[in-house]
Amino acid sequence: MRDARRAFPVVFLGLLALVPVVAHLTGEPYYLTVFSRIMVFGLAALGLNLILGFGGLVSFGHALYLGIGAYAVGILSAHGVTSGFAHLGAALAVGAVAALLIGLVCLRTSGMAFIMITLAFAQMFYFLAVGLRQYGGDDGLSIPARSAFGPLALQDATVLYYVIFALLAATLYVLHRVVHARFGMVLQGCRENERRMIALGFPTLRYKLAAYVASALICVLAGVLLANLTQYASPAYMQWVVSGDLIVMILFGGMGTLLGPVVGAAAIIAIEDVLTAFRLGLPWGIDQVVNAHWMAILGALIIVVVLTLKQGLYGWLVHRAARAG
Amino acid sequence: MTPLVVAGLQKRFGGLAATDGLDLTVAGGELHAVIGPNGAGKTTLINQLSGEIRPDAGRIEFQGVDITHAPAHRRSLIGISRSYQITSVLRGFTALQNVAMAVQAHAGHSFGFWSPAARDRALTGPAAAALEQVGLAHRAQARADELAHGEQRQLELAMALATRPRLLLLDEPMAGMSQREAENIVALLAALKGRYSILLVEHDMDAVFALADRITVLVYGRAIACGTTDEIRASPQVREAYLGDEEAEA
Repeated sequence: MRDARRAFPVVFLGLLALVPVVAHLTGEPYYLTVFSRIMVFGLAALGLNLILGFGGLVSFGHALYLGIGAYAVGILSAHGVTSGFAHLGAALAVGAVAALLIGLVCLRTSGMAFIMITLAFAQMFYFLAVGLRQYGGDDGLSIPARSAFGPLALQDATVLYYVIFALLAATLYVLHRVVHARFGMVLQGCRENERRMIALGFPTLRYKLAAYVASALICVLAGVLLANLTQYASPAYMQWVVSGDLIVMILFGGMGTLLGPVVGAAAIIAIEDVLTAFRLGLPWGIDQVVNAHWMAILGALIIVVVLTLKQGLYGWLVHRAARAG
Repeated sequence: MTPLVVAGLQKRFGGLAATDGLDLTVAGGELHAVIGPNGAGKTTLINQLSGEIRPDAGRIEFQGVDITHAPAHRRSLIGISRSYQITSVLRGFTALQNVAMAVQAHAGHSFGFWSPAARDRALTGPAAAALEQVGLAHRAQARADELAHGEQRQLELAMALATRPRLLLLDEPMAGMSQREAENIVALLAALKGRYSILLVEHDMDAVFALADRITVLVYGRAIACGTTDEIRASPQVREAYLGDEEAEA
């Protein structure tokens, strides 16, 4: 079990690292885009899972932070600021202030109230973005060029891919340290029994708030990357559906582990991609039915995975590997 | 300085007075038992002392400091530690991790983001010692929700002890235990007696009379008697209100 848990992240990241090579060899640059997208959403799900899986705080509004990251790039670019450091700095600063204030309010509640209030904040920002007429309103705004990080040429899809990859791997490692350190143990303790943690002497609010802000900032970073990947900032990134997608990715992959949400993001996006482009030439127009109703099929799959695999897809994979080995 | 002084404590839930003008002291090193029928307000008293609920009126002093309005976590940090009547542990953590959390709570801030807590001797050392103290060392690596009921009660005690408290608030530490497990806890409390100030709420009268220095009898939130074990045993008021029933049953 322990060996499988150690080997899997290495194998998984190793495969991700090879994607550009395969894409170039097969002459299918499309894979680069899909897997960049998988890693961006994997990063966001990883960030959300810090508070959801390890802190027991179900935020239904983390798309908000994706949006803050994307709009920081979009709005600054619209004003001719192309520096990536400015984009990232502004995104993280605005994200930190927003998360601090929103977290302070939301964390006064728990359970269902927490879910609803986080959703409410995300919706507020969604309509704020829709109302930004000068930045495209409903339609969002396109970003003429990717963030300029000195010699790093993000304009090249392969370079962008490896930047996203490096940030994902680094975040995985840092969070691996964090969840096992004193801070992470307090966070997990709050998930298990917060009342007991307070009685033991922990002022739990400040730890939950710190985790909430960290989790938000990882999503902000994912938002900056998403804007660079799509060269677009849209209110759609902040829709409640996106917050829901992140939660589904976490549940699908398994919330007890760090890598689970990333595996979940990969599975969900890959399945979506396969189903919408389904062309097997099956009789009776089955292909078209699958293309049109892919959501129903994905939904059924999610139900099966969540009901049958308690640890999610990743937990199941590790468990199987451990038994086989 | 007297560790605990409670004066004129009041707590009402709607029309019901759970604590009704209660005065009580726990002296240094004293084991003070609180007994009373169900609904007498014993757990409500502990909850007010630990800070989980606020009294409507009255005053709580701990070592000369007014803590009536201090939040629960601060009370723990200045040396008031409690156990729960209904086992309240971190169910997904191992026994050792549970106690290590108690140690960590009192080891400065927890904004440590890098070193693994599981390999931190400053946490696991005292935690293992506390498990040893309550006789649970052999179960250190078992998950809390896999422990037997009696073992979970022992774990509660280990967590309370690991914070190096000056005042222990024990809410029915023997509830639901087998005869043998209860005897172990009585032996443990007897060993702790004198080293800590202890407020013990307990239904097991044999244990209470064997351990207590003083006993307060609580009925409908009021202290109807307070004295040594002999005084309580001899009090006609207590016999009528409470002990009489027990002895008649026995």
